[in-house]
Amino acid sequence: MFFTYLRRELAGRRRQTAIIAIGMALAIALVIIVNSVASGVKSAQASVLESVYGVGTDITVAQSPTPPEEGEGGQGGRPRFEFDAGAGTTTDGTTEISQSRLMAGFGASTFDEEALDTVLGVDDVAAASATLSLTNTTFNGEMPQFQQNGEGTAQAAPGTDAQAEPPQGGPDGAGGSAFDVDSFSVLGLDPSADAIGPLSAVTLAEGRTLDADDAGANVAVLDADYATSAELAVGDTIDIGGTEFEVVGTVTSNAADSASASNVYIPLDVAQTLSGEEGMISNVYVQAASSTDIAQVQADLEAALPDATVSTQEDLASSVSGSLSTASALVSNLGLWLSLAVLVAAFLIAILFTISGVTRRTREFGTLKAIGWSDRRIVGQVAGESLVQGLIGGALGIAIGLIGIVVINLVAPTLSGSASSGGFDLAGGQGGQGGATGGEGGGAQGGRGFGGPMAQTAAATTEVALNAPITVSVIAIAVGIAVLGGLLAGAIGGWRASRLRPAEALRSVG
Amino acid sequence: MYTLTKLTKTYRQGNRTVHALKNVDLTIAAGQHVAIQGPTGGGKSTLLQMLGGLDRPTSGTITIGADDLSQMPDARLAKIRAREIGFVFQGFNLIPTLTAQENVETALEPLGVTVEQRAKRATAALASVGLADRAGHLPSELSGGQQQRVAIARALVKEPDVLLADEPTGALDEETRDEILDILDGLRRDRGLTLIVVTHDSAVARRAERRLHIKAGTVTER
Repeated sequence: MFFTYLRRELAGRRRQTAIIAIGMALAIALVIIVNSVASGVKSAQASVLESVYGVGTDITVAQSPTPPEEGEGGQGGRPRFEFDAGAGTTTDGTTEISQSRLMAGFGASTFDEEALDTVLGVDDVAAASATLSLTNTTFNGEMPQFQQNGEGTAQAAPGTDAQAEPPQGGPDGAGGSAFDVDSFSVLGLDPSADAIGPLSAVTLAEGRTLDADDAGANVAVLDADYATSAELAVGDTIDIGGTEFEVVGTVTSNAADSASASNVYIPLDVAQTLSGEEGMISNVYVQAASSTDIAQVQADLEAALPDATVSTQEDLASSVSGSLSTASALVSNLGLWLSLAVLVAAFLIAILFTISGVTRRTREFGTLKAIGWSDRRIVGQVAGESLVQGLIGGALGIAIGLIGIVVINLVAPTLSGSASSGGFDLAGGQGGQGGATGGEGGGAQGGRGFGGPMAQTAAATTEVALNAPITVSVIAIAVGIAVLGGLLAGAIGGWRASRLRPAEALRSVG
Repeated sequence: MYTLTKLTKTYRQGNRTVHALKNVDLTIAAGQHVAIQGPTGGGKSTLLQMLGGLDRPTSGTITIGADDLSQMPDARLAKIRAREIGFVFQGFNLIPTLTAQENVETALEPLGVTVEQRAKRATAALASVGLADRAGHLPSELSGGQQQRVAIARALVKEPDVLLADEPTGALDEETRDEILDILDGLRRDRGLTLIVVTHDSAVARRAERRLHIKAGTVTER
């Protein structure tokens, strides 16, 4: 009788059933799509982070960046190139000078490598490795011969006879200058600890990767894209901080359409020595013993290293910028609230229609009570009808939601994202600056250095096609919402029906 | 069968108190055919609801056999209604989405009768009111007289001791009214039912062996 009555009621009140089911369907479809897209965005963020932090990194430890001190040219400062009067080679009145510097980037913070031992000493830390992020900046310039017009002076003084003669030399033959500045990112890492960290998220393209025997050796592994743009190949040499390194391999990022975390990878000890950052590191990559330990390990690390910034993958996800960040914000804000609003509206519609149905059926329920139906049986009947309406809406919602997800996956919108590490924007590629000064009397004064703002750069912009996954949990959530909505409406409607006194119910219509 | 002692029912209607029943003392023997008449608002329907266990008195007692309906919990009252009391209403009160057969079966639902027995007994009940060929029809596909016959079949299918009818022919024409009254008389004779009918219609009341008049909450014999 329960199912016969239920079936007849739902079939006999098609309009009400359709309205409740459609309301629930739209809400459930929206929840499914938002949930799935959120999952896809999260996975895209993980992909971006993986290209920077490597596979298996649960936590990163960095020092908060501090502004460089005035006039500081070393750690964290701007690269400064100094040439003495006899620097460079002079041909036909033009002096060519070149200098390469390896240093921590502008605003970068390094900290003592003892922090790595501290990290390794924390409970539930399965593995950890340290890196040193550097920027190699090369200055190349052509200037007029410094001493061509005077006896030991770099430039003729105003008002002297020498001023009357037109300037000569330089790249334009008229005393002008030209220079360019080229930079690329260099990551010093422990070659024996490549299980986690940036090199774990790369695939060997050519040659070999770094290994434990490379400690102290002037060998480098290049990002394949950078190698191509710099016209370098395995077996070639690359000038890093004025030292020749042998290119032993090239790597590509595991993430599609993405460069790896750095242009060049060299052994950590060599990087420290060349950059003058002996005993210093800029990041520690940490792997927890299990995913459930991450929060505790983070707390322990923060306690052990109070001055450091300890970030989990979840924290790092917020550092992903670009359209991926916009999508994430859209899903987590607008999507979430829109889903909730539609869900609440659908629940309210279901509840109101159920209550309205109970009110309309007052005589029916009064009659059933009069012939001996118990309150429990009537509540069960109302709840059963609402539950089935919710489930119909759920099935419809799942179908609409799945169609929506399939459409999203067919369109596969491309999202780009870049992640920042240790307070630095890693987006971009190898940088380069060039410029020229020209004109009468132009040129750099001998013995004076050049400085300029060099952005800390490393290749980490990733383009990811959004893939919204269809998971069992998403379907389970949809079914759960359908059941919840149906039961909620049924419980409220049933409660109202149970409160009907049979005499009043019959009197109210009689 | 029924014993009513000092039965009083008052309720609030806006700001005034309505005395629907005033100290009613009444005994109805098993198998009696009783007609209750009186003006509108005199307390006829309230008395019928008390007899059917649909409402509770404000004071006094009402017993059916050994069971005191005035003190009984709701769940127990529902069981009494399910087993011992059949109702027939003026407006038929059939479930509009269920067929005639299914409407009759609803009366057996609370008794825990098996599906097969339910179908068999409902079919027999419909046959006893001459509607065997209308079992699969919805109420909207039946005439007023046919709907009331379905309602009678629903009231009788559980073989109750009492049949309470509230203006059972009030919505029917004279010819149909007589058909329904003939059916009720026949069933009462055959099954030994106690039949209590509330009616405005003197033709209906004349068929009863006992006629009560209720006015302003007070019951008198006629």
